[in-house]
Amino acid sequence: MSEWPEAVQERARAIVAQYPQRRSAVMPLLFLAMAQDGYLTETGMVEVAEWTGTTPAQVAAVASFYTMYKREPVGKYLISCCTSISCMLLGSDLVMHALEEEAGALHGQVDAEGLIGVEHAECLGACGGAPAVQVNYELIEGVAPDKARQLVQWLRKARPETVNTDELQQLFGGTTSFEWAIKEDVGAVGPYPAFGSFGSTAPVSAEDAQS
Amino acid sequence: MSYPLVVTKRMTDFPGDSHTLERYEATGGYKAARKSAEMTRDQLVEAIKNSGLLGRGGAAFSAGLKWSFLAPARPAYLVVNADESEPGTFKDRQLLERDPHQLVEGIIITGIANEVHRAFVYVRGEYPKPARRVQKAIEEAYAQGYLGKGIFGSNYDLDVVVHLGAGAYICGEETALINSLEGLRGEPRLKPPYFPAAVGLYNKPTIVNNVETLSNLPHILNQGVDSYKELGHEADTGTFLFSISGHVKKPGNYELPHGITWNELIFNVAGGMRRERRLKTWIPGGASAPWFVPSDHLELPITKDDAAKAGSMLGSGAVVVMDEATCVVRAAERIVRFFAHESCGQCTPCREGTSWLEMILRRIEAGQGREVDFDLLLDVSDNISVGLAWPPRMTTICPLGPSAVSPIISITKYFKGEILTHIHDGGCPLPA
Repeated sequence: MSEWPEAVQERARAIVAQYPQRRSAVMPLLFLAMAQDGYLTETGMVEVAEWTGTTPAQVAAVASFYTMYKREPVGKYLISCCTSISCMLLGSDLVMHALEEEAGALHGQVDAEGLIGVEHAECLGACGGAPAVQVNYELIEGVAPDKARQLVQWLRKARPETVNTDELQQLFGGTTSFEWAIKEDVGAVGPYPAFGSFGSTAPVSAEDAQS
Repeated sequence: MSYPLVVTKRMTDFPGDSHTLERYEATGGYKAARKSAEMTRDQLVEAIKNSGLLGRGGAAFSAGLKWSFLAPARPAYLVVNADESEPGTFKDRQLLERDPHQLVEGIIITGIANEVHRAFVYVRGEYPKPARRVQKAIEEAYAQGYLGKGIFGSNYDLDVVVHLGAGAYICGEETALINSLEGLRGEPRLKPPYFPAAVGLYNKPTIVNNVETLSNLPHILNQGVDSYKELGHEADTGTFLFSISGHVKKPGNYELPHGITWNELIFNVAGGMRRERRLKTWIPGGASAPWFVPSDHLELPITKDDAAKAGSMLGSGAVVVMDEATCVVRAAERIVRFFAHESCGQCTPCREGTSWLEMILRRIEAGQGREVDFDLLLDVSDNISVGLAWPPRMTTICPLGPSAVSPIISITKYFKGEILTHIHDGGCPLPA
């Protein structure tokens, strides 16, 4: 029996129904499980296994393969600093250092309060706007080390419920990979991608379903 | 000099609302999809084959030919590869954010051509905004009757699902992507079968196409195969999106025809070098590609064949430019580290070799390199990619391992002196 609230279960049912085989829902349901607990707990993985007809071990095998499934708390705000080649060429190591120092947490760690996690990430697809930083996967391009420090200070002080890429870019960003042009007000509420429309596609019809 | 734009035209002409359904339809959107609803599979496959369109995801394989391989069994699936993660590449992100309906129309055309009733758009997890934009476009298309039951008033059904990745570069490899979509670890599948078109998602015939490839399709049908072919170069038709980053004045995505020179690309299109420093080397096609140097390659035309003859590739179209103050050991270490981190771990040469290469480069950079390390780099590389040939001779299930060898081939060939200086002088002569 699912421990998730009814609204979340409804979402889970809709997600599972989009796929010809329910096992395909493992990845989106893992994000849903993270949204329940703030990170991926043992019980979350057991729950995902029940929804997808797999075993907890199979779910754990998937969860441990992908870097975005965090099996330990990473704080309310996870700051990822790209340190791949293009960002490195434009000084991302200094940005990473500034983040670590200001947050008081090294790569893979969370600050003393449990509020801010810091990690270095591989290429975030923002090479034209290097160096790039994400907060809960919401992107900021052209981040200078002093702006990175201000970002940490701001998160500590403002503690926004949602973080939004356009707002972050305006406050802490610089050069972008391309003209963003389009603004939206959706944002992330935890250390997982803000993508609220999971499960909105029509379900698989009975004849297409494969066991 | 300016070049005709195709996939970035709408966002260039109408930056404020190129993503909206209104703007898309006002600029000829969904005409090609309507047209394709009245065409047969054979007609569509022929048209795309004749257009000469090559896959834009990195492998540059004929898109039409890929479609023609689709096995007759049904259901068949379409998987859109929007898992763009190759260091230096950020063009799909722009296409997804700024012109998502163009992709949706490409999906409809591909769906009809391949008798697909369910398509999956696999967007990398670090791209929530692009994913949201595509999802919105899909919902708008449903509302108009362009997706769902009986699209465009026909009796043809097509559903599209957006699926988010979770931070694994290897899922860009098409069989790994399929495993990932099936709820498994993103490990590439053993070949044969070579083509998902024969055995793919849920072991059904599956077309896997990249975002930029699909975004080209409406234009091919709208302007006709002949006029589309004229846009490019005889061997590489159409335009190509280059993602330029690193030490240039104007980094960004540029849509260009094949056939211009690297000189033109770096010094004209991308504005030349920052701080007027000298160009040292550049990566011509993503982190997996062997590097080019000004003395040998600046005047080469940018085509798939010229790049291959020079021992490299255009790959994902990512051009990473490095100036004279760049330490090549550090740059190579950063690229090798990426592949070591992203190795799925199935094949020993890749899993072990990439980590060894990273370790050796790191100690050379830190001033702890030994005399034997230069040869050791080559020896380890040879175990991953036999003979260090180009294209690589594989010892692994997928090309990820051999990709990590590209920077090693490059720095040992062009910058041997700089590596030896690190070793002999006990550290980096070009500190960051």
